[in-house]
Amino acid sequence: MKWNKLFLLQLYLCIGITQVSAQTDMDAILMEKNAFCVGPGYSYSSWKNYWEGTKKRENLNLGTVSTQTFAIMGNYGISNKLNALFNIPYVVTKASAGTLKGQQGLQDLSLMLKYRPINQKIGDARLAVFGLIGGSLPMTNYLADFLPLSIGLRSKTAMARLMVDYYYNSKWFATASATYVYRSNIELDRNSYYTDRMVLSNQVEMPNATSFNIRAGYRTQWLIAEAILNNWTTQGGFDITQNNMPFPSNRMNATAVGVNMKYVMKRLPQLSLTGGASNVIAGRNVGQSFNANAAVFYVLDLSKKEKKVNTSNN
Amino acid sequence: MKPQSIFIYILVLACTATSCKKEITEQTANAQALNPANIDAEAGLWKPILLTSATEFAVAAPAATNLPGYNAEINEIKSWQKNMGEQERKLINYWGAGAVLRWNEITRGLVAKYNLPPYQNPDGTYPIPDANNPFNNPQFPFANPPYASRAYAYISAAVYDALIAAWHYKKVYNRAAPYKINTTVNALLPTSDLPSYPSEDATVTGVMVEMLKLFFPTEQAFIQQKATEHKNVRVMAGVNIRSELDAGEALGKQVAQKFITRARGDRAGAAVGTPALWQQLETQMAATGEIPWISQESPKRPPMLPLFGRVRTWLFDSSTMVTTIRPKAPPSTKSEQFKKETEEVLHYSKNATRQEIAIVHFWADGVATATPPGHWNAIAADDFISQRYSEVRWARNMALLNMSLMDAAIACWDAKTFYFNPRPSQVNPAIKTITGLPNFPSYTSGHSTFSGAAATILGHIIPGRKQAYENMAKEASLSRLYGAIHYRSDCEEGLKCGNAIGAYAITRARTDGAE
Repeated sequence: MKWNKLFLLQLYLCIGITQVSAQTDMDAILMEKNAFCVGPGYSYSSWKNYWEGTKKRENLNLGTVSTQTFAIMGNYGISNKLNALFNIPYVVTKASAGTLKGQQGLQDLSLMLKYRPINQKIGDARLAVFGLIGGSLPMTNYLADFLPLSIGLRSKTAMARLMVDYYYNSKWFATASATYVYRSNIELDRNSYYTDRMVLSNQVEMPNATSFNIRAGYRTQWLIAEAILNNWTTQGGFDITQNNMPFPSNRMNATAVGVNMKYVMKRLPQLSLTGGASNVIAGRNVGQSFNANAAVFYVLDLSKKEKKVNTSNN
Repeated sequence: MKPQSIFIYILVLACTATSCKKEITEQTANAQALNPANIDAEAGLWKPILLTSATEFAVAAPAATNLPGYNAEINEIKSWQKNMGEQERKLINYWGAGAVLRWNEITRGLVAKYNLPPYQNPDGTYPIPDANNPFNNPQFPFANPPYASRAYAYISAAVYDALIAAWHYKKVYNRAAPYKINTTVNALLPTSDLPSYPSEDATVTGVMVEMLKLFFPTEQAFIQQKATEHKNVRVMAGVNIRSELDAGEALGKQVAQKFITRARGDRAGAAVGTPALWQQLETQMAATGEIPWISQESPKRPPMLPLFGRVRTWLFDSSTMVTTIRPKAPPSTKSEQFKKETEEVLHYSKNATRQEIAIVHFWADGVATATPPGHWNAIAADDFISQRYSEVRWARNMALLNMSLMDAAIACWDAKTFYFNPRPSQVNPAIKTITGLPNFPSYTSGHSTFSGAAATILGHIIPGRKQAYENMAKEASLSRLYGAIHYRSDCEEGLKCGNAIGAYAITRARTDGAE
């Protein structure tokens, strides 16, 4: 199985919240038909400094804000070219200083379809093109209007992604993707709020977002090691004003760099371990977070006959 | 799981999400055009708040309608209407809902924009917003609840007095509206038998321009733009000629000066206190054996406006406040009851239900909001729209509400400073809060005092909603306990104190000539 790069969306999202997207929706790996890869994941992210608009600062009344995510993730091979992915995260937030209470709960269910229309051999290399569509839905009535300690933003999202993968000599690869994320309006518990003007409504217009992701490194059946650059840009939204609290429709931008590893057990190839770490290097209205994550996955063959995991992903 | 069902689910998800319209319709965006059920023709006889009489400021007689000048003014209406576009129609719909309503909303927006605590200095002290250097860091003002209550009160009271004067002169000069004098003029807003000189809308604008200079000095460009927009709407809608606006605006500005003079001498400027005072409040309370309030912010922030309790009140005098209004002492911090109440707060901190948390956030009205007084203005405004009040009655009811709210702020801050009681999180750090912890003493709850006062006077103004207002006030009050930032005593005593203040407003309302 090819299973790695979980929790990518988590890196860039807002000041203290996580929004874990489906686990392998950023990579160029597909499960074979009828194979179902599933497993638990854990991620920890924290920040002390954040960007209030473009100004970087700390907040002694929050100290370090941490987010832990416990997730169940899965990927099912509908066919060799089409996979369905899901992610169910439980999120726990905490501030190390001040009086504000950390939050916890089931966050957003995300579902995604990943399709590979083109998979072309060119000399020693192979070029593959992927299209992905998906979305997320809040699973509980959690509090969104309590940033940076909210566990999520409560927005329903729909997203589309185009991804290109170049794989050389069955060892080296580079993957690039661009994503557009539609975010539905959210509803607050209060009936007025101030953005860059007063709004007399409990509805918040959420700006959409774009994202790009570039990853490159070494990839074989047994081991993946890669470096990642990720950017999340909110198309609109407003800046946090001085000493204000963050708000769900802030203009949240972040650029993160990181590394990821995946290791497949030779003795038991159905079992794989993944791990990664990343750091936000530039941002706006987000925490400068460090993130580390790990997961264990197991591949089940849901077809009648014995089936091998498609490890070549080609 | 079935692949087909997953696919369909995701497609449905994507479709429903993308078909959602993002544009938001705000609460009062489509408020009906103001068309008073009663024009209150005799409102010139109502009792003003500061004016010695409705004639304190003179308004010259309008020029005759048979002179060429009048026709020239009618031509201004026609020239606007000739080139009317979508933008102009939108403005007519917006301002047509009412001058007092829209300026009240604008004021709430300014309060929310400026309701941000200053950021600390590098040495851990806090800079104090300075009215004489409003553009400096920190911005002036910090429109916290006491500041906001004062702004709403002065503005509402000044608008009310100015409109009494306007109504007086309307009756004296009895100048009919342009669409009545010249039947070729189209009225794009509801017509009325109310005389149109001086213009009530421009009177409000004149007051607002002056009052907001005082309360939000850095916003003059924005305010002037709104004022110009508002006045132009009256002309383009064919309901006023320019000279009616000029007369109204001039009157409003003069009346405003009287209120500005009062504001400059009402002791609010000294409410912030001094480092010596802040220390003294803590030491003198500690000397009694009680636990004094200590800021839970880091770095420690001085208490918010500790001398606001000495600001000049509207509805009763300062000795009444101390002898009659000031709540009894809170439970001693050494008492069993205090311990029990702290445990109750801890209980909500840990176990508040989602519904209780929604109540906390509905009423939080914290940083970057219009504050609790602003929230009650919003509640009142929503109800007043359906009552179809005249502008002068709108103003009178807003004045009664906001004088109550400011007096509630004064009485509550007097108690806070007098008793200097610690917040629950201070005595038990295990108490984590579900909303921001306000940086001033606990007893009594500001939200409760504001809400008690507002519900009482609003229940008098709209008797059919009395019970609803009382329920809202109770909910607002308890929201502070659910949020784990107040003890039950703070809420209950605050509510009672607010009710007592509202009763003074009712006494005034019964004798002001409007009922």
